[in-house]
Amino acid sequence: MSGEEFVPLSLTPLLIGTFAAIACALPGNFLVLRKQALIGDAISHVVLPGIVVAFILTGAISTWPMMLGAAGAAIVAVVMIEAIRRLGQIEPGAAMGVVFTTMFAGGVLLLEQTDTSTVHLDVEHALYGNLESLIWLDAVGWSSLVDLTALAGLPPELPRIAMTLVGVILFIWLFWRPLKISTFDEGFARTIGIRTGALGMALVITAAIAAVAAFDAVGSIIVIAMFICPPAAARMMANRLEAQIAWSVVFAIMSSVSGYVLAGYGPLWLGGSDAVSAAGMIATMSGLILACAAFRGPCRHRTGAPSAA
Amino acid sequence: MLELAADQGVSISEHSLDDSPLAIRGLTVSYGQKPAVFSVDMTVQTGAMTAIIGPNGAGKSTLLKAALGIVSPLSGKVTVYGKPLDQQRARIAYVPQRASVDWDFPTRVIDVVLMGLSRQLGLLGRIRARHMAQAMDCLNRVGMHDFADRQIGQLSGGQQQRVFLARALAQEADLYLLDEPFAGVDAATEKAIIAVLKSLKEAGKTVVVVHHDLATVTDYFDHVFLINTRKVAEGPVAEAFTAETLQSAYGGRLATAQIDQISRALG
Repeated sequence: MSGEEFVPLSLTPLLIGTFAAIACALPGNFLVLRKQALIGDAISHVVLPGIVVAFILTGAISTWPMMLGAAGAAIVAVVMIEAIRRLGQIEPGAAMGVVFTTMFAGGVLLLEQTDTSTVHLDVEHALYGNLESLIWLDAVGWSSLVDLTALAGLPPELPRIAMTLVGVILFIWLFWRPLKISTFDEGFARTIGIRTGALGMALVITAAIAAVAAFDAVGSIIVIAMFICPPAAARMMANRLEAQIAWSVVFAIMSSVSGYVLAGYGPLWLGGSDAVSAAGMIATMSGLILACAAFRGPCRHRTGAPSAA
Repeated sequence: MLELAADQGVSISEHSLDDSPLAIRGLTVSYGQKPAVFSVDMTVQTGAMTAIIGPNGAGKSTLLKAALGIVSPLSGKVTVYGKPLDQQRARIAYVPQRASVDWDFPTRVIDVVLMGLSRQLGLLGRIRARHMAQAMDCLNRVGMHDFADRQIGQLSGGQQQRVFLARALAQEADLYLLDEPFAGVDAATEKAIIAVLKSLKEAGKTVVVVHHDLATVTDYFDHVFLINTRKVAEGPVAEAFTAETLQSAYGGRLATAQIDQISRALG
């Protein structure tokens, strides 16, 4: 494929898909180890009331208010999940289940009761996003990457997800040591002065922001898959957290690139005529990678927890 | 204590009020309706090895966790060397129950020991050769230096417990608090751990251990603290660890035969 074709049509969706995958996979490593991996699923449901409220307040479908509404709802949800988990002393999965079904139901009711019925809230869009449409029409080839006027025409999702990714990386880099210690041994972490409650909250809020930025660009299916599949596969490749995180990034990139390419060309190679959803294919590839790691990963055998005294 | 007080630039008079390594007053902790620990006072003696003993569910671990700020008490006051806990964290090392963490966590033995240096390292400080040497030295003291590069899930229960102790040693604290360090460990590990704890005591450190094996109390410890939700007894083993206090702490749950055995051991 030549630059003239690749840069305007495929470069931006590829980059957006890859950035979104990495932005979700990075915090996903900690969420999986903390047994909070379903938070991605929870967030994808709770953003609905946030989006509806943003629409009611502004009366228009525009990106920024809706993203703010979604992010606000996600933060309300993670705070509620943490509060229910700590006050009710129940396991995180149950707390998430209670919060996300309630908030999703609230969103449905709100949607029904207000004058949003004329608005086309497309389920398919929410699920699979719109990765293929995030093209860069101002580009004419590789030279456009240094052409300021062409760069101004980049789809706004790209800088948005890129900034989110930078934020996620900064958070994990800065709080690496407390995150690692408190994920492994929360009690010990507290005795050395780490504020584990605030840190855990910051982690899920970071994940929520990554999820909302990624939904906007790529839909919820990639978000849910990327929070879990690359970290879970990476755990079977490495016995050190540092190496696990590196593998999870590799797997996130592999999923998004192979998924995008296969979605565009796979059906043609098989004699079909249409392309399939890139988001669906990326999520599928991440699942396949997880399956391969489960069968072939060097660290898939665990000795198991020590027997109780 | 005089040197320590001078080090901190605090006048002796401020210190003399209550400079016990760990002083607890009126501590009450509750999970739900029923209190787990009720109005407990405890004063740990400097340089002593103290066992916290009591029946299952008597609040032994909860007492330790509340003293360390891991669980929030309903009421009560905790001071460490005469000051609030938050100002004294560098002087405390804690060894949690082995079963309280997931040993499948992707990390190596040496990484766990290095966690003990995190206050020294700060948020972004690089791990340098001297930190590695210090961590290896701590592993050496518990006889685990050959396992530095192992994933922690590959260790036996006793080895895991020794790694936890090595992490506490790396903290270079003055007060060591251990929660059931002998639970489910092999005899060699028990010996290794007690040898390390005794060496800490000889170095003038203070050690507090939640302990469940009544038969070894007199061999290992010089002070005991008996608890059954409320404080039952506190003091030197010879005074506080008697058939009467045990009966009072354990009630009918401790067979008379066992008490006889312990009484005989006590002479």
